[in-house]
Amino acid sequence: MARRSALKPVQRALRIAAALLSSQYAYMLEYRAEIALWALSGVLPLIMLAVWQGSDGAAAAGFTPQRLGRYFLAAFVVRQFSVVWLIHVFEEDALQGKLSPQLLQPLQPLWRYLAAHVAEQATRVPFVALMLAAVFVLKPGLLWLPSAGQLLLGIMAIQAAFVLRFLLQTLVAMLCFWSERAAALDRLLLIPYLFLSGLVAPLESFPPAVRRIAECTPFPAMVSFPAKLLAGESVDVGTGFLNLALWCAVLFPLSRLLWRAGVRRYSAMGA
Amino acid sequence: MSAPIVLAEGLSKSFRVADKQPGLSGTMRHLLRRTYREVEAVRELNFTIQPGEVVGFLGPNGAGKTTTLKMLSGLIHPSAGRVAVAGCLPQKRQERFLQQITLVMGNRQQLIWDLPPLDSLRVNAAVYGIDPIEAKRRINDLAEMLELGEELQRPVRKLSLGQRMKAELLAALLHQPAVLFLDEPTLGLDVNAQARVRDFLADYNRRTGATVLLTSHYMGDITALCERVLLIHQGRLFHDGSLDELTSRLAPCREVRLELRQVHPREAFEGFGTIEAHQGHQVRLLIPREQLTQQVGLLLSRFEVVDLEVSDPPIEELIGGLFRQQG
Repeated sequence: MARRSALKPVQRALRIAAALLSSQYAYMLEYRAEIALWALSGVLPLIMLAVWQGSDGAAAAGFTPQRLGRYFLAAFVVRQFSVVWLIHVFEEDALQGKLSPQLLQPLQPLWRYLAAHVAEQATRVPFVALMLAAVFVLKPGLLWLPSAGQLLLGIMAIQAAFVLRFLLQTLVAMLCFWSERAAALDRLLLIPYLFLSGLVAPLESFPPAVRRIAECTPFPAMVSFPAKLLAGESVDVGTGFLNLALWCAVLFPLSRLLWRAGVRRYSAMGA
Repeated sequence: MSAPIVLAEGLSKSFRVADKQPGLSGTMRHLLRRTYREVEAVRELNFTIQPGEVVGFLGPNGAGKTTTLKMLSGLIHPSAGRVAVAGCLPQKRQERFLQQITLVMGNRQQLIWDLPPLDSLRVNAAVYGIDPIEAKRRINDLAEMLELGEELQRPVRKLSLGQRMKAELLAALLHQPAVLFLDEPTLGLDVNAQARVRDFLADYNRRTGATVLLTSHYMGDITALCERVLLIHQGRLFHDGSLDELTSRLAPCREVRLELRQVHPREAFEGFGTIEAHQGHQVRLLIPREQLTQQVGLLLSRFEVVDLEVSDPPIEELIGGLFRQQG
């Protein structure tokens, strides 16, 4: 009976993206104070910067204090714009039945969560800019302006790192269909993420064996690679992006498989 | 008769639930040796619904109504049996199916809590591929039917329960679904708000010919909207037919109230039916339906009757009585 005014697929996808992003941005602005606090809570790289600058570690890692400072500032920016909190909201939605209305719409529910994350990133921009400005006022020697090319590649790498983290969290979030407490697994992932990504120390400062282990995981691609790109460190751009693409190529089909199996289970258990 | 738009054949659903005894010993046993039991939420339901019908789905809490609605809308996979809605298998949740149905649950919401309903409606229009101009027209039409105005521009959290439910209905109907599954759409609403939602649903059904399957604990919703009811109890279908038929089935007698000019002894009414009450000039009798005409005729000829009223016992009492009887 429905008289539909159908839109072409691409036009429809663009309209969905625009509607989701604008509504989620409006939603995030309602919570701007909370987001400011979250942004403040992501200052670990700045703390590490202070710790490292007070030691001889920079030289041991082959960095000048200035290069190390810029690396940590870049890592701070990467961290701020690749934050993913999917597991916590998804778990709550699945356990409280809030997922059900979303499953009844012709849109894969994960797009809504993705749009919420992108909108949250946009909301963070002024807070991160203010924090960076404060650091540069206190430590003018650390100020640097990446070239347009570095900036563009850096932004692309940050967004790719965000997608990779999102996919990894999707895998863990799907486990809540079985374990009901997937958030606990997220805490388990936090440790390797902190230490193997380059967030607390540049990978160069690690013993060679630990570094080799780290490079076999997706974590360095999430912080170390984009941070080095932004900070103007010498880095193999092609290999870095290929690494990100490969990890995404591995995680994407896995997340789809788990999604299908998880929703089947959700449906079997009572939705 | 056209092909049914909703079909359920031998539809069943059972869940495996953990069985845990209370107390520390129960907790330890549960930890070491978990036991489960099968709960049959829905057992071999058979019914069809024709396009445009408004059907009431009745039953006490835990009867299996919501589980059935979730199976019909594709949220739950049936354990056994066959289900088809609008020519689709619901559990596959294909786009063609999702474009044709909606499920409104009185205790769940799809509107974004901190934003005005218009923001959620804009998202829904995009998700369902509705042209912006057409979406605006539909929103205006539905808002007018639902008597919603500036409420659509206020954050959902600032709306009253009734306004929120109306906005939820608007969001659920924006894509003009052919089949509406409504689970307690008037839950928690005051009498006026309930009446407005009922009027809207009746009007919507008249205008669009949409099929409606509705569950409600408020009998007023059912009597106002549904010519046909499905009564489900302990997962099984107990009745499929009109409310009148259900009343006849549950109440083989009709209630006759008499107001008499003179007082007569109780014995004078024996033989007419079961005497429910006898107080002064007032007498209340239960008379089997098949004897009603004859007995009322006799009563009128034998006594000087000032007023006479024949009625069915309230349906809520009949259904409640049935459930109490069957445990």
